[in-house]
Amino acid sequence: MSDWGRVYPQLFEATGETLYMVGVAALLTVLLGVPLGVLLTVTAPGGLAPRPLLNRALGLVVNLGRALPFIILLVLVAPVTRGIVGTTIGSTAAIVPLTLGAIPFLARLVETSLREVASGKVEAALSMGARRRDVVRTVLLPEARPSLVAGVTVTVVALISYSAMAGAVGGGGLGDFAIRFGYQQFRTDITLLTVVLLLVIVQLLQWAGDRWARRLAHV
Amino acid sequence: MIELTDVRKVFPARRRAGEVVAVDGVSLRVQAGEFAGVVGPSGSGKSTLVRLVNLLERPTSGSVTVDGQVLTDLPDDRVREARRAIGMVFQHFELLDSRTAAGNVEHPLELAGVGRAERRRRATDLLDLVGLGERAEARPAQLSGGQKQRVAIARALAARPKVLLCDEATSALDQASTASVLELLRRVRSELGLTVLLITHEMAVVKAVCDSAVLLERGRVVDGGRLSEVLTRGHSPLADALLPAPVADAGAGHGGALLRVTVTDRTPETVVLQTLIGELGLAVEVAGGSVETVAGGRYGRLLLRVTGDLDRLEAGLRALHDGGVVVDRVPAHGGVAAGSGATR
Repeated sequence: MSDWGRVYPQLFEATGETLYMVGVAALLTVLLGVPLGVLLTVTAPGGLAPRPLLNRALGLVVNLGRALPFIILLVLVAPVTRGIVGTTIGSTAAIVPLTLGAIPFLARLVETSLREVASGKVEAALSMGARRRDVVRTVLLPEARPSLVAGVTVTVVALISYSAMAGAVGGGGLGDFAIRFGYQQFRTDITLLTVVLLLVIVQLLQWAGDRWARRLAHV
Repeated sequence: MIELTDVRKVFPARRRAGEVVAVDGVSLRVQAGEFAGVVGPSGSGKSTLVRLVNLLERPTSGSVTVDGQVLTDLPDDRVREARRAIGMVFQHFELLDSRTAAGNVEHPLELAGVGRAERRRRATDLLDLVGLGERAEARPAQLSGGQKQRVAIARALAARPKVLLCDEATSALDQASTASVLELLRRVRSELGLTVLLITHEMAVVKAVCDSAVLLERGRVVDGGRLSEVLTRGHSPLADALLPAPVADAGAGHGGALLRVTVTDRTPETVVLQTLIGELGLAVEVAGGSVETVAGGRYGRLLLRVTGDLDRLEAGLRALHDGGVVVDRVPAHGGVAAGSGATR
């Protein structure tokens, strides 16, 4: 096995691709998934602004997004990807399906977190003359913050796992690397090394997320 | 200051449960500066009633007026403004865990668009007022129940309201904290000239702080009035709830006559005893009852067993009646239970 000198730069590049895809997708997922989760929460029956029809429609779309196997989603959203990125091939192109796949996932987690904020706190804010958006901004989101951070951590870890399939569209990344260099070339050692690397990344993320959530929790 | 006129609140039927009439035609008037109480058993509609005052619940019918403004006629955005003049304190405090004590007090000011420096200053003043100046940077989780409620009271006062609503504000507290929170409420009421409407299921709370009270049962007001007047009544639902009718001590002697005496500031039991013992020459035994200080006055109910020459008793009782004393003879056949169910 004297080819490690050839493998390392490739592994390094693959790690960079994974971090790039996951990083950008995570950012976009938070930006879009959190508002969607808020919308799911406030439009629910008994919520701040009940809109039963809208709520049911959103719920359906979110469930559809979560029910689709990621690899299918990857292919289905290809036209959208082309519209946004200009191509359906490469790391940047993979960010679109990754984000679309993670948004419904995070939205549901956000919804659960926000629901757990005691309704009495919302009522107290309303009794002070808060508008609905004030309630979301000053009560729901801050009070749910530790739980939201935990939800984002879980989502990012899921994104890393999704990103393994990005190789299917030439997105590269560690998953793709493990398949092409490890599995297809019968190099179990390379496969194992990649898995260990992924595990380290996930562990680090989870550790950082837990720490952050704990620092935010004042209970 | 607060006026409810024939207010009804009906919650629509849900699944198998039929519609619920939580508040059923309540009219209520609280004068400016008054400390008013609403008492009643759980499920009587008290919590719904208090939420009708600041329109956290919109009444199904009837009108709500606070400080001359008919809230039920206002659109939602004007109601929100009006709510700033109505502070509210809750049973479970409802402080935000994500904020410090000072941050919680600043919350309503933030919502009202008050600048940061002014908010800080006001929060400091208010925490001093409730005796927690030292704990401004503490998180709710680091405070005791009584302290949390003090912070909640400071928060409710932040926007300088004229009216303070208290929904079971002491029900989650132990006795010592309850006493100190009630004391604080009375103090801020007089210092800030507030009108307070307090909801509770504890008669002791009403007796400790209220000037007036109404008794709510199944969504209706069944009795009410100023305590100093209610407690002079020989018998009424609220009077019986506040001062339970005494039960004759089983160990007391038998024979003679049982008298029920209502003790008030103006007609202390000494007047009655003077007549019975001094003028009629009867032997008097206290068979039951209690006397306590309520709303700054001394009130109570006593059950006296008198023995001796009862011939002139009726005449003596009539004379006491004419002198304004509420005293009557309990019918021989176990009439002691009159005014029953008094421990509500």
